[in-house]
Amino acid sequence: MKPAPFEYIAPESLEQAVEVLVQYGDESKILAGGQSLMPLLNMRLITPSVVMDINGLDELSYIRQEGEHLHIGALTRQYRLERDARIRQTVPVLAAATRLIGHPPIRYAGTIGGSLAHADPAAELPAVMCALEVELCVVGPSGARRIQAVDFFRGALDVDIRPDELLTEVRIPIRQNVMWGVQEYTRRAGDFALAGAIVLAEMEADRWTNGRVVLFGVEDRPLRVPRAEAVLTQQVLSDSQASAVAAAAVAELDCHADLHASAGYRQQLARVMVKRAYLDAVAMWNEKREDTAGSA
Amino acid sequence: MQPQRRTIVTTAVNGTPVEALVDVRTTLADFLREEAGCTSVHLGCEHGVCGACTVLIDGLPVRSCLRLAAQATGHEITTLEGVMQTECGKTIGRAFVEQFAMQCGFCTAGFVLSLYHLLEGASEPITDRDIHETLGGHICRCTGYVSIVEAAKRLRDQRTCRGNS
Repeated sequence: MKPAPFEYIAPESLEQAVEVLVQYGDESKILAGGQSLMPLLNMRLITPSVVMDINGLDELSYIRQEGEHLHIGALTRQYRLERDARIRQTVPVLAAATRLIGHPPIRYAGTIGGSLAHADPAAELPAVMCALEVELCVVGPSGARRIQAVDFFRGALDVDIRPDELLTEVRIPIRQNVMWGVQEYTRRAGDFALAGAIVLAEMEADRWTNGRVVLFGVEDRPLRVPRAEAVLTQQVLSDSQASAVAAAAVAELDCHADLHASAGYRQQLARVMVKRAYLDAVAMWNEKREDTAGSA
Repeated sequence: MQPQRRTIVTTAVNGTPVEALVDVRTTLADFLREEAGCTSVHLGCEHGVCGACTVLIDGLPVRSCLRLAAQATGHEITTLEGVMQTECGKTIGRAFVEQFAMQCGFCTAGFVLSLYHLLEGASEPITDRDIHETLGGHICRCTGYVSIVEAAKRLRDQRTCRGNS
């Protein structure tokens, strides 16, 4: 028995869950997939007095399309994000990024909401949410709130959820003609990324529009880089722009240093990850053009 | 609905019903070892990295050190003891022996369970990448991984387990 003593409660509805949070607030922790919470409990880095297990809330596990949005319930397991046909068709970058999380047994247990609410700076899903301009829904005693992903992540392990609120859903806008790349560097397969990047843009008449460049694992939260997005969006797409986009992405970066990587090394990795992700997006576009030309 | 310090866990382990009153902070791994007698469940890192405690819950491989025993109520758990009763499990065991894919054996149960799930569950042909991804979630400190990967590839090519047929 590793964790310090706590009390356990497993609500059977969202209403009950909110009641528990109202009563215990900061004293409680929400147990979803447990892939981040359980290590923290086992190592006694946190000692909540109440653990609320929400795995009984089947109502929070779903993937459905509503108009131009994909709604994903917070308790949806990560392995479903990898394999779901609608996700692979409408937001394939989410499926690809999810496959970079830990190992298969982690993704069979881990949930999308758990990863987002935990907000590890090196985690993939928070970065994907910022790149896809997702809206997150939280529910508390006074009803529901919606928060844009870039505002939701406030710092390392710090998100815009009050102690009496629960993350319930993400709403992903579905866009057409999206080319994308996601790349990360880890010391071993399945480790947290030392640096990672997502590059994504919509293609209109051979020009990138609505370009998005997001870095993760380099600062205390996922970082959108408008400067690199501007470079990306103005240019006619080509391999030769890759270095310029990558240089712009890390120009003002203030990386953290730790046991595994110095700030300078991390910045260099981030630059290379942006470049590779950009080249993946370009390759995706070239392939698509060839397909179109071939069938014409 | 009140928070509890102790709870009754009612579950099925390798097809046998198990019921026990446990402290709510008991991990599933400890529950399986101490209440269900499944000592194939090994505890290495106890934070989800090493893979030694991997078991199947409702058929899916997960870390039993990252789950509370209390969460097992209503679910079916399979450990190495259960898998070794199956033809596929026995085939995996033989392949591990033939390929020298184990040494001290501490990590072996986890490797076998993940591999069993891959071989039994695959709906598409199993690629080398699938094998590496599956085995990558386990740490072995004695053999090196080449012999384990080799055993996995042989098993895939033999097509003994269901998903391969």
